[in-house]
Amino acid sequence: MVSPILELTNINKSFGHVHANKNINLTINKGTIHGIIGENGAGKSTLMSIVFGLYQANSGTIKINEKEIKLRSPRDSIINGIGMVHQHFMLVENFTVLENIILGFEGETVFGEKLEKAKKDLEKLCETYNFNIDLNATISDLSVGFRQRVEILKSLYRGAEILILDEPTGVLTPQEVDELFKILRSLKEEGKTIVLITHKLIEIMDLTSEVSVMRQGEMVGHTKTKNTNKEQLAEMMVGRSVLLRVDKKEIKKGEIIFKVNNLSVKDDLDVTRVKDVNLEICSGEILGIAGVTGNGQTELLEALSGIRKVESGNIELFGEKISDQDNFLNPRMLKEKGLAHVPEDRQRMGLISDFKACENLIFGYHDQEPFSKSSILNNKEIKEHSKKVMQEYDVRPSSPTLTTSNFSGGNQQKIILSRELNENPKVLLVGQPTRGVDIGAIEFIHQRLIDMRDRGAAILLASVELDEILSLSDRIVVMFDGKIVGEKENKNVTDRELGLLMAGVSE
Amino acid sequence: MSNIVVDKSKVPWWVSNVIVPLVNLTLALLVSGLFVFIAGENPVEAVKLIIYGSFGYIQGFAYTLYYTTNFIFTGLAFAVAFHCRLFNIGGEGQAYIGGLGVFLVAINLSFLPVPIVWLLAIFGAFLFGAAWAYIPAYLQSKRGSHVVITTIMFNFIASSLMIFLLVDVIRDTNQMAPHTVKLPEAIWLPSFEAFSGILGIKIRYSPLNLTFLLAIASLFFVWFLIWKTKWGYEMRAVGHNTQAAIYAGISPHKNIIIAMCISGGLAGLLGVNEILGVSHKIQAGFPAGYGFTGIAVALMGRNHPIGILPAAFLFGILYQGGSEVTFEMPNITRYMFVAVQGLIILFSGALENLFRPQIESFFVRRLNREVSA
Repeated sequence: MVSPILELTNINKSFGHVHANKNINLTINKGTIHGIIGENGAGKSTLMSIVFGLYQANSGTIKINEKEIKLRSPRDSIINGIGMVHQHFMLVENFTVLENIILGFEGETVFGEKLEKAKKDLEKLCETYNFNIDLNATISDLSVGFRQRVEILKSLYRGAEILILDEPTGVLTPQEVDELFKILRSLKEEGKTIVLITHKLIEIMDLTSEVSVMRQGEMVGHTKTKNTNKEQLAEMMVGRSVLLRVDKKEIKKGEIIFKVNNLSVKDDLDVTRVKDVNLEICSGEILGIAGVTGNGQTELLEALSGIRKVESGNIELFGEKISDQDNFLNPRMLKEKGLAHVPEDRQRMGLISDFKACENLIFGYHDQEPFSKSSILNNKEIKEHSKKVMQEYDVRPSSPTLTTSNFSGGNQQKIILSRELNENPKVLLVGQPTRGVDIGAIEFIHQRLIDMRDRGAAILLASVELDEILSLSDRIVVMFDGKIVGEKENKNVTDRELGLLMAGVSE
Repeated sequence: MSNIVVDKSKVPWWVSNVIVPLVNLTLALLVSGLFVFIAGENPVEAVKLIIYGSFGYIQGFAYTLYYTTNFIFTGLAFAVAFHCRLFNIGGEGQAYIGGLGVFLVAINLSFLPVPIVWLLAIFGAFLFGAAWAYIPAYLQSKRGSHVVITTIMFNFIASSLMIFLLVDVIRDTNQMAPHTVKLPEAIWLPSFEAFSGILGIKIRYSPLNLTFLLAIASLFFVWFLIWKTKWGYEMRAVGHNTQAAIYAGISPHKNIIIAMCISGGLAGLLGVNEILGVSHKIQAGFPAGYGFTGIAVALMGRNHPIGILPAAFLFGILYQGGSEVTFEMPNITRYMFVAVQGLIILFSGALENLFRPQIESFFVRRLNREVSA
């Protein structure tokens, strides 16, 4: 028996001139797992924030169990049985699981019998859904996967019948994803309704029974998951057909040109984040670094590109020592030696969002001819150069004088990539090249990286997207807690094996 | 509603850079008018007096331009540092020390050919101002001591140092007041009266002198530096995003020091106007608050030379016209105009975003309608 639990009719929401949701209609049936898929900026999160009472729609109606309701704040939504697990967890780190769950909902439950009762209820919930959580554990001691469970438990305890999960797998290892999916399935068995927001097609195919696709603020389709496939969904998301796999030629490996010996690096808080790392990269090869965020990849890339000081060990480029604990070449000298770097965080490091596009396109190369001569910038040359590379790399709009913050994430990434690849580097360090980038641009960026490799560049690719590592790399190393915990040729290696390594389970 | 989101790419440049500052200025002046009214005078009459005092007769206009000269220097000084996101509020002290530079060069090298003395004195002003800014810059870049704090303290140190020098070391020993001897007349910068004499107009004394042209040249210099050279590019990069600058191999330390030294040097040029151009000696406290007002000039001018010129001119009008008002209207004191300056700073600095979103979205909507119509 299918009955709608949540019905949205003609929802509209604008932020200034950005029409984030246009006439959205959505029906979610009770006891199903419903996927909402779309590219970054398609309006998924806005829509769900309206359902959770964080934003108010400009127009449209929301019905729960066929009764029209007004959601003015998250409190209204919780009362109406809606729970949400955000991408970034809302937990107090130095509180216990129990304290976090009753926080803001304590009423009279802080002391005595009521607290005991709350604890009993929670224990029962944990048992029903197989949560396996110690209620007295402190949050800061828990792994990301467990923290997410605490968030789910919190929603359930508050009586959630509809549970919204916003990109829940972004921070999890494959094993943790499996565990999460198990929990979600058992929630569904018990009659709960789950809304899964994601941009990962695999998760939709794996888990959901129905799926809705959003594009540019509009709902472009609803379908039963069993009646569709990944290619079709991708096409709906992007509005044109996309190539999901990367075409890659057989590797033509040259000699070792970049070498890292016993490297250790500390972060700004003086904590050692990279521990005794050894790497070798040959020309014509892509070496992938897999790992969950925060296991030292950031500091490793920063040290290799001359931004961060080396604590011990050294780095060699073409057999010449470029960095050790006493000396290091700064990024500009490294660029002259043919080492380019596409940084992990484009907003923080890769570009200056208040600069014009053309100013960012010469960033780091601004003191080289023809962009400047005896310290005076040649604006005409800079603009012409920008116009050329923007067309070549399909940056839209191709307007060199537009301020960079007005470009979309994907186009900003293309600006960085075109700048770094344009000089034909011998060694390329790439961090998270497709984070927050839409599918169309991902395809383009991947193809460019493969082209670089085929032209004989040595590429080091760090990414938390395992799919990306698997589809691009020739060889894969896994980083965990600052150490290289495994190395695999990218033949017959599965995401399971890598996942175990990423979780710190050594072979 | 404060959360109006405006698509910045659609806002025409003249709305954000002309209309918004003008609206803020108008508001500041309206509130000032209210103060004048409360003080028991007619605001319309006060405005008439300001306009007459600053434009109505040639000597008044010359005074306006003399004040404008000082504001251009201190406004540019603040703007250059601000492009590197440094809040240099030490313009006052840097100008004071810059004056010492002018005087020492001029008095010791007065035997050289006159134009060379001028050039060296200008250089001396710049160098001394820059040196005074170098210390806070060094402390900021190497030790992380915030320039806002250190430059304020350096204003006091400069003031004390100059009083010490004026009382004990370089005082004109023929009299009691804390000022130096006069420079030889041969090396004074030609004044406006001298020029007007050549043109056949006879005017009474005014402090306007050749330094005005140096100020105009400085506007060009700063524009060229910030937008046309790699140093300006690097300073702006460090100012907007230090992390990204490091990534691109641009040294924040170096650029903080360069920006602060150029800033201090520009403030130091005020000494050229005051000492080589007007009083021909160092008097205690000659920067007289121009360094601080320069902050308001730069904020109003949106840290761009093209904006700083009219902003400095406006403050010149307020200074000159304001003294005319205090002369004619007994209820309006000198301090009233300090309050007016304060209001302008408040509306064009602190409350800058009060009406910006509304004004911008208004124009964006109108323009869109025109396009679709």
